[in-house]
Amino acid sequence: MEINLVEHIIIPVVKILFIAHLLIIGVMAMIWSERRVSGWIQDRLGPNRVGPQGLLQPIADGIKFLFKEDLIPNHVDKPLYVLAPAMLLIPAMIAIAVVPFGSSITIAGVDDPILLQIADINIGILYILAITSLGVYGVVIGAWASNNKYSLLGGLRSSAQMISYELTLGLAIIGVLMLSESLSLRTIAEQQGSNLWEWNFLIHFPAFLAFTTAMFAETNRLPFDLAEAEQELVAGYHTEYSSMKFAIFFMAEYMNMIVGSAVVVTLFLGGWHFFGLENVGGPFWSGIISFAIFFIKTGIFLFIFIWVRWTLPRFRYDQLMNFGWKFLLPVALTSIVVTGTLWIVTNGNRLWIGIGNVVAAFIVVAIVAGMLALDNNSKSSTQTIHDAAPLRGLDAVE
Amino acid sequence: MNPEMILFFIFGAVSLIGAIAVISFRHPIYSALSLIVTFFAQAGLFVLLGAHFVAAVQVIVYAGAIMVLFLFVIMLLNLGTLSAQGALTGKLKGVAVVLGILFAAQGIFIAVNVFKNTELGTVEAMEKATALKDNPIETYDIGSLLFTDYLLPFEVTSLILLAALIGVIVLVKRENQAES
Repeated sequence: MEINLVEHIIIPVVKILFIAHLLIIGVMAMIWSERRVSGWIQDRLGPNRVGPQGLLQPIADGIKFLFKEDLIPNHVDKPLYVLAPAMLLIPAMIAIAVVPFGSSITIAGVDDPILLQIADINIGILYILAITSLGVYGVVIGAWASNNKYSLLGGLRSSAQMISYELTLGLAIIGVLMLSESLSLRTIAEQQGSNLWEWNFLIHFPAFLAFTTAMFAETNRLPFDLAEAEQELVAGYHTEYSSMKFAIFFMAEYMNMIVGSAVVVTLFLGGWHFFGLENVGGPFWSGIISFAIFFIKTGIFLFIFIWVRWTLPRFRYDQLMNFGWKFLLPVALTSIVVTGTLWIVTNGNRLWIGIGNVVAAFIVVAIVAGMLALDNNSKSSTQTIHDAAPLRGLDAVE
Repeated sequence: MNPEMILFFIFGAVSLIGAIAVISFRHPIYSALSLIVTFFAQAGLFVLLGAHFVAAVQVIVYAGAIMVLFLFVIMLLNLGTLSAQGALTGKLKGVAVVLGILFAAQGIFIAVNVFKNTELGTVEAMEKATALKDNPIETYDIGSLLFTDYLLPFEVTSLILLAALIGVIVLVKRENQAES
């Protein structure tokens, strides 16, 4: 194999450095906007002292974290305690490698157009699922190595939650994969047309909602952040962590959010398409514009993440598990069956598939809700007898 | 030495070191983590063979799902460090030695046969490897094979999984009834 210096080394390295730095700057921007938006939602100011509008606050936070004492408690399992933050951060960082962040760009001096993507592999979405499923180890190992009951409880909660919602995450995308007949994220993004009504989220609306909800749970964000419920578990799996190790846990959380948003934009929201705007200009400017469109779409989705966090209260643990297994999973499964059946019956008419998906999801949710209501009725009648029994016992003792 | 060879040796070495670490560590958590490293390196080897789908499934199923359950069980049982003598005593030690010798003999037999019957480094072997690399096994091929030539094994496997699923539900149900 002839190795071309520009094509095989310089361009990939530039792309990797660009995306890696964008990810870290994105984390800083997220920390700033999380605090400012929460202030705005709660009708207060938020941090606005360091730099214009408090924009330098994340840098001040970072410096503070770096210069704090890196405390390792005596009772922890040292090697794993040190390793755990990295085990969470690395999967979060390398998952972005297959996400296409724009169409392609032609630069003077390079013959072929450069794909705006680090690696276009033909199993792109499976790679994302595989890598994100490794993130759970960082949480579990960090929790266990801390040798603290609150940490362990938080870690167990978080991993049970991640495993439960991973199923929905995987099943919800199968409808999309069936219609685009590819696992490559670039092909999936290309198959969605320029216009809003050609994007996947309308064709697979229930699957889109299920995927988004499952992603909130996967990233341990409110309303699913039971792993770090302050009132119950101090801080969950990172209770024993301080200084930069603690900061790495948070960086990983924000990176997961950014990668998740980018994946949702690619799979469901048309990727870099926006009403033909991505084709404006020559081969150079259209690449820049397509990247800008993708960037803005991801940013809007990240804003929704913050908006949801400061709007909804936390679920209870049994509510979380019931919601995941009894509502989200059936909806995702139905979307596979309905999409496949309607695709054959209607010869791939996307309008009918979209309508069928929504109707089927409504029916499934209604059935599950009805069954739960019946179950609750029979349970509450037995429960009153149960509750009454110890009282009768007490009477007898007296 | 081309880049693929270097990567092969890296992944192979990591896989072997991980496998040795699994049986060398005294603590079960460390052993489980070493096993994950081995699985991951094997996924890398699959990628080098052009089997991208198998590599992804290896990571999703083994490294991502099964090993999480292993870790769960180890943590919930709260297994401590195994003492040097406590684990293997008396008869158990004899059984272990016999099984170990059998296993080693099997490994040596396979290795000798493989090296005798294949022409490593010959032109044909290189050509075969390049052909495989240029036409990687697509997910589409695996899917169509599963639903045509291997339909019966595929369906039987799904039946086995279904049986396991029902078994678990029945076991849990019985326990619930016993409680109430």
